[in-house]
Amino acid sequence: MSVLEASASTPLRLRFPLLLGAALALLVIAMIAGMSIGAVKLSPGEVLATLFGQAAESRHEAIVLYLRLPRVLLAGLVGAALGVSGGVMQGLFRNPLADPSLIGVSAGATVAAASVIVLTGWIFPPAWQPVLLPLGAFGGGLLVIAMIYRVALVNGTTVVPMLLLAGIAFNAMALALTGFLIFLANDAQLRDISFWTFGSVGGARWQTVMMLAPFVILPFIALPWFARALDALNLGEREAGHLGFRVERVKRLACLCTALAVGGAVAVSGTVGFVGLLVPHVVRLLAGPQHGRLLPLAAILGAALLIGADLVARTIVAPAELPLGLLTCLIGAPVFLSLLWRARGEFAA
Amino acid sequence: MSLQAEALGVERRGRRLLDGVSVAVHPGELLAIVGPNGAGKTTLLSAMAGDLAPNAGIVRLDGRPLAQWTPLALARRRAVMPQASRLGFSLTVRAVVALGRLPYRDRVDPATDAQAVDRALEAADILHLAQRAYGTLSGGEQQRVQLARVIAQLDFDASDAAPVLLLDEPTASLDLAHAYGVLQLARDLAGRGVAVAAVLHDLSLAYRYSDRVLVLNNGRAEALDTPREVLDAALLRRVFGIEAQVHDDCLVIRGPVLPARRVA
Repeated sequence: MSVLEASASTPLRLRFPLLLGAALALLVIAMIAGMSIGAVKLSPGEVLATLFGQAAESRHEAIVLYLRLPRVLLAGLVGAALGVSGGVMQGLFRNPLADPSLIGVSAGATVAAASVIVLTGWIFPPAWQPVLLPLGAFGGGLLVIAMIYRVALVNGTTVVPMLLLAGIAFNAMALALTGFLIFLANDAQLRDISFWTFGSVGGARWQTVMMLAPFVILPFIALPWFARALDALNLGEREAGHLGFRVERVKRLACLCTALAVGGAVAVSGTVGFVGLLVPHVVRLLAGPQHGRLLPLAAILGAALLIGADLVARTIVAPAELPLGLLTCLIGAPVFLSLLWRARGEFAA
Repeated sequence: MSLQAEALGVERRGRRLLDGVSVAVHPGELLAIVGPNGAGKTTLLSAMAGDLAPNAGIVRLDGRPLAQWTPLALARRRAVMPQASRLGFSLTVRAVVALGRLPYRDRVDPATDAQAVDRALEAADILHLAQRAYGTLSGGEQQRVQLARVIAQLDFDASDAAPVLLLDEPTASLDLAHAYGVLQLARDLAGRGVAVAAVLHDLSLAYRYSDRVLVLNNGRAEALDTPREVLDAALLRRVFGIEAQVHDDCLVIRGPVLPARRVA
């Protein structure tokens, strides 16, 4: 029995700290690279010196502390938010295809954000915009999650085609509404809106980082409460209830946290697609589907991925910039296709 | 100290699924719930598990209505084995069984949990499958994994109260040898003081292994007593429409009642 047990649990027990360490190392490397590389090249040593207040030149301070650090932090927060919310949604729907951008949650948040932009000046004073933007995005995301939940869940199990078809409907509706808003918008608002639909962290300032941080950190504080409940939900809703979880409460909390994280991310960066699909998928391959491991790893790797992707987006066609969302879709869509390919047997029946 | 259903009535969409059913499961006994399709067996088990609120009557555990129990306290007293369970994400068999320990998540004691999981794997005869992925198993093997999971959930060490185990067609997709094995296991658990209620389709199994049988028909309790008292030729003909008789203390089913003799 002890031999069996050792062979069963030791590798995983060893593996998780190792993976966690590797993921953190990757994140640190990505952050330092993100602060070193750009129009003005700095060495990692110079970056670290600047961060610790020992800048060799004063312009280093301006570049690192006011331009690149906020951008790296913003990309990291957005990546963490999307990675975790993807993991939570997939646990909730018991399906690896549930991604905030795919099923329309990001689109709902985008429409709400675009409405806030267009309505600014008509209904409320421009000074309110920084507060209303993330709140609106949060509300839009929450509305879509709640509706998807109604549509795609039948007797406690996710009907996957319904989930994806509902996603198509919500995305189409969001596209139409955004088009309508573009029709109403003036030139300046138009530029803001197009920024939203492609996704970018180019607008990073310290204020945007501070604005996003609570939206990402709040759900994170709640994670330990429902990581195990999501594990139990893997068996089914009723089974999770039999294991002593208040399933309705868990579901509401999970939806709320996802909407907070996605809404916050959309408010500062627009629609950055497929991160919520890609990152948890990779983590599940590495560390298994247990949420106590999956969610922290998804946060760290999501942050590292987006910092890296943003680095590529802003350097590959320098001095111009690729939209970040374009790049993540380019990586994410093939992964989505491969997941579909593997699941095609289920839909055939 | 038992799980008691008192005069349960359940109505859904204007249909009466259960009508005035009263039954209790006592520690140390195996209660079989039998009946033709649509008789309300699964509905009764769901109501006794607390999954659906009855329109009439009440379910009590240890004399307290189920509604007054917290989900966690309830999960430590009773386990429910579902008819079939598919996982959202692939897990090893051992990890699935370990989910049965989630009700004890605040008592951090990995050794006790690992021991309980090992015992449950052994009891369900699936130690050799422990490292397999759940999704690659046959339906029968999956059912035994679910059985191991609910066994791991039972708290045999609680001195004050015996655990309750509810099984919804535990033998549905098992071959005969494993069906006997599962019911023998249910018997052994009852022998250790567990109150076991099982929805069964196979009347011979119910006859052979249960202490008492509840026969449901059209949502009503038709009979409730020992299998020898209840499962006689007349009732089997009337409720199930089959000809059967007891032979060497085994229930032998001969076949359907001939149309001419069948009583609606």
